[in-house]
Amino acid sequence: MSLNEYLILSGIIFSLGLIGVLRRKNLLMLFFATEIMLNAVNIGMVAISKFHGDLTGQIFAFFIIAVAASEVAVGLGLLILLYKRKNTVNLDSIASMKG
Amino acid sequence: METYLYIALFAPLLGSLVAALFAQRPKLLFTGIFTSLMIGVSMIASLNLLYFVMTSDQIVHVFMMDWIHIGNLDIHFGFVADQISVTMMVVVTIVSTMVHIHSIGYMDKDKSFNRYFSYLSAFVFSMMVLVMSDNFAGLFIGWEGVGLCSWLLIGFWYQKQDQEIVDDVKKSPFSTLSPYSSISPSYAANEAFLTNRVADLGMLIGLFLIYWNLGTLEYSDVFEHINTLSTGLIVLIASCLFIGAMGKSAQFPFNQWLANAMEGPTPVSALIHAATMVTAGVYLVIRANDIFVAVPEVGYVIACLGAFVAMGAALMALVATNIKKIIAFSTLSQLGYMFVAAGLGAYWVALFHLAMHAFFKSVLFLGAGNVMHACDNEINIKNMGGLHKYMKSTSIIMTIASVALAGIFPLSGFFSKDLILEVAFGTQHYILWTVLWITAGLTAFYSFRLVMYVFHGEENFKKFGYHPHETYPYVIAAMVPLVVLAMVAGFTKGVFVEMITKQLPVLDIHVNATTFWVLVVLTLGIALGGIALAFFKHQKDGSYFSAQMKETFVYKLLANQYYMPLIIEKLILKPYLFISKASWKIDMHVVDEIVDGIARTVYSTGEKSTGAQNANLSKSLLSMALGLVFFIVLGAIYSFAK
Amino acid sequence: MFEVVAFYLFSFLTIGMFSITVMTNNALYALSSLAAGMIFISAFFFLLDADFLGVVQIVVYTGAIMALYAFGMMFFDYSKEIKEKVNNPRLAFVLTGMTALLIVIMFTIPVIGESAQKGLYPIHESYGNIQDIGLVLFTKYLIPFEVAAVMLLVAMIGGIILAGKKMDISYSEMSEEDIGIYEKELAEIAKDKK
Repeated sequence: MSLNEYLILSGIIFSLGLIGVLRRKNLLMLFFATEIMLNAVNIGMVAISKFHGDLTGQIFAFFIIAVAASEVAVGLGLLILLYKRKNTVNLDSIASMKG
Repeated sequence: METYLYIALFAPLLGSLVAALFAQRPKLLFTGIFTSLMIGVSMIASLNLLYFVMTSDQIVHVFMMDWIHIGNLDIHFGFVADQISVTMMVVVTIVSTMVHIHSIGYMDKDKSFNRYFSYLSAFVFSMMVLVMSDNFAGLFIGWEGVGLCSWLLIGFWYQKQDQEIVDDVKKSPFSTLSPYSSISPSYAANEAFLTNRVADLGMLIGLFLIYWNLGTLEYSDVFEHINTLSTGLIVLIASCLFIGAMGKSAQFPFNQWLANAMEGPTPVSALIHAATMVTAGVYLVIRANDIFVAVPEVGYVIACLGAFVAMGAALMALVATNIKKIIAFSTLSQLGYMFVAAGLGAYWVALFHLAMHAFFKSVLFLGAGNVMHACDNEINIKNMGGLHKYMKSTSIIMTIASVALAGIFPLSGFFSKDLILEVAFGTQHYILWTVLWITAGLTAFYSFRLVMYVFHGEENFKKFGYHPHETYPYVIAAMVPLVVLAMVAGFTKGVFVEMITKQLPVLDIHVNATTFWVLVVLTLGIALGGIALAFFKHQKDGSYFSAQMKETFVYKLLANQYYMPLIIEKLILKPYLFISKASWKIDMHVVDEIVDGIARTVYSTGEKSTGAQNANLSKSLLSMALGLVFFIVLGAIYSFAK
Repeated sequence: MFEVVAFYLFSFLTIGMFSITVMTNNALYALSSLAAGMIFISAFFFLLDADFLGVVQIVVYTGAIMALYAFGMMFFDYSKEIKEKVNNPRLAFVLTGMTALLIVIMFTIPVIGESAQKGLYPIHESYGNIQDIGLVLFTKYLIPFEVAAVMLLVAMIGGIILAGKKMDISYSEMSEEDIGIYEKELAEIAKDKK
């Protein structure tokens, strides 16, 4: 296996995540799609690290996992607050600015 | 000597500014006296300069300050008192001083007394700038300045309402038989200014051509190098400059404004339309004689035009009954004479006639002012008559001036007019000579027609209840120096020629002695004949044109000024108004639309763009993703292109 | 040989799982497929000799983060299916087009890829992956490590404060009667709200 295949795989999964981000109207589902994107990036990082013989990629992926975890924690907290206020988590309903 | 030059130039300006301080106040005699004093000071300075130039053969040339100094363009304020300018300066200041003193009496009861003197002195200042400048740009400044002051002064009584244009030849403001000089003072002022402006376009083009080809506007440089240009170009420059001169000196087709300018106060007409502004055109031609000498064909055209105007104006003056218009047509006619002289190359003759004409014409206007005041501002000469009994001094002065105008020896008119006729004959332009000769007779006839109607014969003014009386003594005293000059100035010809030919070309006409005397006798003959005809016809009939003559087409044509005002209104003014209205519509719908359209576009794009801020997270993420894709594609293209 | 088979198997599985996450209307299905996908991704890590990361992926992602999501889902009423009104059908076309474009580019970019900077922290095969990472993490990347620790702490506190109840009343410091009075007040307030 060469680097190219891993990178193509990473790209495909990333675009899947992108589609999810754009398509989903439920905020929670949006978070799922974000997770997918982060994981795709992780795959890419580690693949590059392996094929260039360098540890930087793995360390970077490690930190990305840490950040994703804290992001989920805070994001879900905010989501709960939003639900308590608006009783819905549909994106179209919570848009309150007059565009 | 420079001090005298600056005094002569700036004293009128000082007078004007001081009078302007009181412009909104009621009459203050101090303004009249102060301005007259200032002009008198200027006159003394000019006379000093004249003496200096005459005796010492030097000219006074000062450089006052830099004006425009950008790149290759270098124009400055500089003044010169050479033989030509000093002649003009003396004429202008003498006439102005007398007119100022006369105006103190004439405008005695006018409520805008102070404003009048401010304008009058400002005019004198502009005229001095015009004649004393040493480059074409300064000349143009003075040119425009006199145009402006003339507009201010003609429209002095701007509150007067417009008259209607009617067909009746006795009442239409376009006719010389009507009780009005023109539609209204503001109309006449606008007409004068606009006509001058249109003609100034020609002059500007001439100036631009001079600058473009020679790189300088100073007289000395231009005249030195003018012969290096091609003949066609010199013809063009000369014609353009002459168009400008035509506007100021009211030659055909720019002549309408002069007759209508009689709407202003009479001393204004004496100063501006006899002695100074209208002679600015002649001055220009004389000053630029080097240019005109190089292209004698243009000079010939100028002479023909001058003769045409001389004859046409004299014919119009035959039937006019408006006292000021008669004198105005006479001015027009004499200007034609001056242009004939200048056109045929006899520049100093034109200058000499200019000076002589200034003296007797201004005193004619001032006398007419006295008469008008005596008859309660009546302007129809048929409604006066027999005033000799009541206004002896004015009557004598005006008669002397008319004799001078007719060109009878030994008064000044004889010397200058006869010289012009001699020039025409000597250069073998016999048709021109004939036209001028007939005009001389007509001139004598209509001047004495005026004198007869006004001062002798039946006292028609009694019907209107006027009580004529002589004017103030100091007014008569102001007119006396002018009439004395009109009598004796002719004898200074020798001295004048000697001085002026240091600057202007010498007259090169050779007419043998017998022909010369024959010509003199012929001219005197027709002049005396005209006077006699006027005198005796009046004694016999009391009027000149019988009733059936008044019905003929020729009479009507002359009375309506050849229908020129009507033609100008229908052919030029109406289409121009139409074009102006159409342009206004274009301006509104095209230019304004473009500007408004841009504004509307900006507004609408702003309004539509607010849709990007509708707080929908999905939409924001979509725009983010689109941006991302865009940059990826860009990067791919970039790396492929490498 | 083994690698190729494993790679293709796991890649199909991963893509399938994530497609379900993105496309399905049922929230539970989305959650479960996301968890499965995470596990399959850790398989990739093992394939790439990144043992430490593979384990961390399973523990943190599948274990902690999915658990968090599962708890979060308990707040929302998912008895009815998620109705996602597609406002703009054209959106689907735009998305498809964009994805196709991205995929094309992704396939072609590696052809022209340049070489990255090599050898800042080279892999030492002899140490084993976990020791290797530990060495670099606690020497060269110490500061980011500490900062990440602080960040996790902050996130934890933030999560508690955001989602928790009001904390100005402490039950353990009140007597039984006070707790009873307090609970009665809360019930009345809840009744008034309804």
